[in-house]
Amino acid sequence: MKFALFLGCNIPVRLKHYESASRAVLRELDVELVDIAEFNCCGYPLRNIDLKAFVLSSARNLALAERENLNMIILCKCGYGTLRMADHLIREDARLREDVNRTLAKEGLSYNGDIQVKHILSVLFNDVGIGVIKEKITRPYENLKIATHYGCHALRPSNIVQFDDPVAPSLFDQLVEVTGAESVDWSTKLDCCGGPLLGTNDELSLDFTEKKLADARMAGAHYLTTGCTFCQVQFDTVQKMVATEKGTNHHVPSILYPQLLGLCMGIDKNVLGLDCNQIDITGIEGFLAPEPLAESG
Amino acid sequence: MLYTITLYTSLAIFVAGLIYRISNWFRYSIGTDAADITASTRASAAVGGITSTIFSAKIGILLKVFLLDVLLQAWLLKKDFLRWLAHICIYGGFMLLLLMHGLDKFITSVVFDNYYSTLNPFMFLRDFFGLVVIVGVGIAIYRRLLSKGPRPQSTGVDYYAIIILAVIMISGVILEGTKIVSNSRYQEMVDEYAGLDEEETEDLMALGAYWVQKFGVVSRDIKGPFDKNTLQQGKQLHEMSCAECHSRPQWAFMGYGASRVMSPMASLLDRANIHTLLWYIHFLACFFGLAYLPFSKFFHIFSTPVYLLANAVKKEGKSDPANMATLRAIEMDACTHCGDCTTRCSVAVAFNEISNPNILPHEKLAAFRRLLSGRGLSKKTLMAIQEGSYICTDCHRCTDVCPIGINLEDLWLNLKAHLAELGYTKPEAWAREAIGAEFNLVKLKDKTLSLTPVDKGFVGELTGSAQASTFSVCFGCQNCTNVCPVVGNYENPKEMVGLLPHEIMHCLALKHKELALGSKMLWDCVTCYVCQEHCPQGVRVTDVLYQLKNLALKHLKEKAA
Repeated sequence: MKFALFLGCNIPVRLKHYESASRAVLRELDVELVDIAEFNCCGYPLRNIDLKAFVLSSARNLALAERENLNMIILCKCGYGTLRMADHLIREDARLREDVNRTLAKEGLSYNGDIQVKHILSVLFNDVGIGVIKEKITRPYENLKIATHYGCHALRPSNIVQFDDPVAPSLFDQLVEVTGAESVDWSTKLDCCGGPLLGTNDELSLDFTEKKLADARMAGAHYLTTGCTFCQVQFDTVQKMVATEKGTNHHVPSILYPQLLGLCMGIDKNVLGLDCNQIDITGIEGFLAPEPLAESG
Repeated sequence: MLYTITLYTSLAIFVAGLIYRISNWFRYSIGTDAADITASTRASAAVGGITSTIFSAKIGILLKVFLLDVLLQAWLLKKDFLRWLAHICIYGGFMLLLLMHGLDKFITSVVFDNYYSTLNPFMFLRDFFGLVVIVGVGIAIYRRLLSKGPRPQSTGVDYYAIIILAVIMISGVILEGTKIVSNSRYQEMVDEYAGLDEEETEDLMALGAYWVQKFGVVSRDIKGPFDKNTLQQGKQLHEMSCAECHSRPQWAFMGYGASRVMSPMASLLDRANIHTLLWYIHFLACFFGLAYLPFSKFFHIFSTPVYLLANAVKKEGKSDPANMATLRAIEMDACTHCGDCTTRCSVAVAFNEISNPNILPHEKLAAFRRLLSGRGLSKKTLMAIQEGSYICTDCHRCTDVCPIGINLEDLWLNLKAHLAELGYTKPEAWAREAIGAEFNLVKLKDKTLSLTPVDKGFVGELTGSAQASTFSVCFGCQNCTNVCPVVGNYENPKEMVGLLPHEIMHCLALKHKELALGSKMLWDCVTCYVCQEHCPQGVRVTDVLYQLKNLALKHLKEKAA
């Protein structure tokens, strides 16, 4: 199993631990990753500005992966949704496809729609499989309650992103439960984190974040878990900022899914970057089952 | 006369330009911590900083940086050998030409008693250094032709400097060639140095024959073949009067090559006094280049070494904030416009669709410099810088790749802060207010809307794409509005966001541009796609809103133009 790893702009600067944790977990599960240095912006930030610029930006990434004959694995849900959308638009609209390919041809590139764009969670669930993951888990969690945050751009529009059932998804919950943790029921599970409005309408953005945090707290979750750059920044960096500024601390730290999974697979916590989160999550180690005693004669 | 006047004029402009550019380093205020420090405080802090650095152990670092990074440009060698070779050839060759040939009165003739520009090794070296520059330019052109991928733009500023350099080099070589073949030039020299009277025709013929034969002079009266005795006699005369100052012109291989090409029309060129004309072109181009230097790309000859040295000894958090502010200002000038940042830029690809050069980091830096210079920029220009600044995803790649280590990421954050002070915030937040003010929905509150189509062309822009044209199948069930979490967040959503999602779809059916673009709902849409997911008619509600945002920003851009 081999994928071109697409990190996007934010992970290498602001969430390095998401990258290192993902690499470590995927290596354990025999998923081979190829780095393509020429990858550029996924196109997401351009969507408000100019449709064609967004599609072109996405298409260049798709074309680069296609040139290497590799499917793409995306860590960020906004990046995933954007690349899927661009892929869809290019297939749907012949004129747009021609325009994009004419520009790409200047660099000797073209995109013919021959690759698949996958999110890390769907790779884990569909390509690796719950059974294989389960075998790798050495110390499952006990009594740990996790609020699973799905993220809008992986779920919707479902006919285009094709991640899971948009109304009653279960993919992420199953991935959480295989670690031994309980994926709690919470009413705002499928709602937006507020991230896309950060910087445009901060007040509204934080309304969303706080509502979700309060709900996760109500449901008794110890931690939130995410599989997206923007959601993680919102629930980690922004939650910390709000806690300091407004004094409204809901105390639901957010852990990236590869960190959650990696820890119970016995991967070194430094590799997983457990110390790199803004809000301390090291307490999660306390939920791990006791280490199996070394067999003595 | 003309020589002296232009020399001193251009020198004066050069010095004034240098002072002006350097004064900018103390005047440009980048970052909030720089705002309260005056230019004079910064200047005295710089003097203090330089003095204390020179008389400390850090002098070792400075010397090392000067040798490795300034003179030998090790940083470039690490990146790319060919590029280093091109740069070191151009810069090294030109510097040596300047020192040995351009400033020969002040340097070479002082150091070497026997200096004559027409004597070896100087005669050979002049052409050799020239060749080195030409080889460097050749490599640079070769690299450019060979490279693929998005190319950084070259602007006028880049070309002017290169054109001046080319004029200096080419006029120099041709001038040398015309002087070699010039008979009148030869006669002048004979009159002055040979000590022969006009009556001594035999000697004059012999010397002439020798110079025609061996030195490439083209004469109408003296033509070969010559007999051995005449040449022997010429050689003796030459050794007596000329050899002290003249090596064989073949050593000046480029000028000699040019002279061979010109020899068939040498008499014509000589009568037209072409070598005088070329001499004017040559020195005027040099002086023009000198005067233009502080205002051109070549100012980096000064600014980049200063930056490399200062950056090597600064200590983040420890150095005097006044000096840190100055260092940031020097970064503005230290940029050589090489375009590495743009080649690596994550969003440069967007430039193919959005023709705003401020998307490209090396152009954005130049725009920041214009902004700092205090020249009043138009609204259109400011909006273009704003757009470029916010398309940037702060991915840090430009900073990682800058060959001289400019902290570009830091500059971009400061640029955004600077723009915000002028009222140009994130385009989405900015547009939310700007377009709301233009298409004021409140005014329409009590009016009955006209049902005649208001702007057909506007809807045409939407029906051009498969996703946006889906608004036309909306049957007004209001599902989108009912499931919208933004609407649900407010007790009085209409007051907060203007039109609700289903109303916007309705406006499009009515072709009502002002209403559709003026609603704050566009900018408050969190893009969660819940509406689109729940639309029973398959209207791509979120995607329609995305495209309305595109149109609104385009509208604001066109309005500012």
